[in-house]
Amino acid sequence: MERYYQQEIETADREQILAWQNERLVKQVRHVWDNVPYYRAKMEEKGVTPEDIQSVEDLHKLPFLTKDDLRDAYPYGLLARPLKDCVRIQSTSGTTGRRVVAFYTQHDIDLWEDCCARAIVAAGGTDEDVCHVCYGYGLFTGGPGLNGGSHKVGCLTLPMSSGNTDRQLQFMVDLGSTILCCTPSYAAFLAESIHERGLRDQIKLKAGIFGAEAWSEEMRQDIQNKLGIKAYDIYGLTETSGPGVSFECSEQTGMHINEDHFIAEIIDPDTGEVLPEGSKGELVFTSITKEAFPLLRYRTRDICVLTRKKCSCGRTHVKMSKPMGRSDDMLIVKGVNVFPSQIETVLLEQGYPANYQIIVDRVNNSDTIEVMVEMSPENFSDNLGKITAMEKSLVSALKAMLGIYAKVRLVAPKSITRSEGKAVRVIDKRKI
Amino acid sequence: MTIPQISVFLENKAGQLADITGILSENQVNMRAINIAETTDYGVLRLIVDDAAKASSILLEQGFILTMTPVVGVAVPDTPGGLSKVLGVISGAGIDVEYMYSVFGQKDGLACMIFRVADSDALTAVLEQNGISTIAGEDLGLH
Repeated sequence: MERYYQQEIETADREQILAWQNERLVKQVRHVWDNVPYYRAKMEEKGVTPEDIQSVEDLHKLPFLTKDDLRDAYPYGLLARPLKDCVRIQSTSGTTGRRVVAFYTQHDIDLWEDCCARAIVAAGGTDEDVCHVCYGYGLFTGGPGLNGGSHKVGCLTLPMSSGNTDRQLQFMVDLGSTILCCTPSYAAFLAESIHERGLRDQIKLKAGIFGAEAWSEEMRQDIQNKLGIKAYDIYGLTETSGPGVSFECSEQTGMHINEDHFIAEIIDPDTGEVLPEGSKGELVFTSITKEAFPLLRYRTRDICVLTRKKCSCGRTHVKMSKPMGRSDDMLIVKGVNVFPSQIETVLLEQGYPANYQIIVDRVNNSDTIEVMVEMSPENFSDNLGKITAMEKSLVSALKAMLGIYAKVRLVAPKSITRSEGKAVRVIDKRKI
Repeated sequence: MTIPQISVFLENKAGQLADITGILSENQVNMRAINIAETTDYGVLRLIVDDAAKASSILLEQGFILTMTPVVGVAVPDTPGGLSKVLGVISGAGIDVEYMYSVFGQKDGLACMIFRVADSDALTAVLEQNGISTIAGEDLGLH
């Protein structure tokens, strides 16, 4: 028997969903026009006024927002409510140039937590469950989002945050965690640890909600088999709230997008043209219920496919496939967004040549990132200690920029492969 | 009195050292001393050769990264306690040794050690005051 957190909404028929979307979109466009001069200018530039947007069919007339807009408007330029109405910010990692700072009113937090609650109930969660959240807490949306959703469902919530595997396992055993929320790579790591320590028959996990990074169907099977649970995908981005924009149901064949809060479009990343249903393209979201940070037509850069095929779980909201790639060069490593340009900036600041290569891999189910840097005459010394000190300072600068540890490997000059004169910047060896 | 040392950046991968010694051999450069300092990923190869100018220009041409550094050759009595005495003198004078290594072979009961310090002249002076000789490049067969 399928259970829902908000059954009427989650199983509403298409007409009802469209009616909500039409009404909320019109209202939202007006709200943004009135309160966000930055977006209003973009609309004016395109010759669009709120009157031109009467329904979802008119959505394509609106200008897109991109990460560049977020950078230009940082920090308050896209804020649609006075700061006194806001109660929270969440943020992505990265420098000011790439950092996303999203604002929330209490209403926004409530709706976000509802979305996460839907995901938890879809994974079988009830108020009898012990929900073990080991996404990071803090500026990262993972921990706060699932934590809030878990409260709404009434689960006993364990706000573990990330790291300290010994403590994670001890709580999991002692307190009988039944639902695990973390990145899929950490879930796989925990599964390994549980297996190695022979704890399998002492854990009570039944389901996992894993997101914030790409994972394959094989990885799902592996985690499910090792832990004896069902593993569900969850998707979201700080720009639109956080996790819970879409989530998997019992069918495990894609993630239902919460269409009462977000309108999804698939566009051609090159032309910006809206593509027909079922096409593979870039996912674009319009937030129609957010008050403080309501992004209209935000380009996620994630490439995926939408489907309205009837789902056996009874939910009627459109489903998105797992993201199949990116239309920009952003990498997601350990759940953290990494742009090659950030690494380049650090290298130049530290006096290294802009000749580098980034190698991303997954070792023992955990992402690794290695930056290969060519040694230059200016940085070379006969004193090995000086070279290792410089290397350490580069590692710290990268950590400060990216928020994660990146190994640095100093290599001989001209040893980084160039293809047809152009350097290959990123080698992603992860089989996802 | 100093001796020119060539330091070359080495990536820790098979064949790097063989490449360098091969190039030097093809060009009839004779090595008088060799020392490697390394981490797991890379290292610094330090060389004293008979013709440093020639060796460095050939290696640079081949795309290696290198630097030339003045080092001091010290004649160390080749007997128990010989090096200990020399180091005692150096540390007594408050001079920090960045690194040191030995030269192939010995002569007249004296081994030659290469010392890298910040101030080679100060080191030479201290050693001479204590009756320890430094070794000229010519004595090592350097052109």
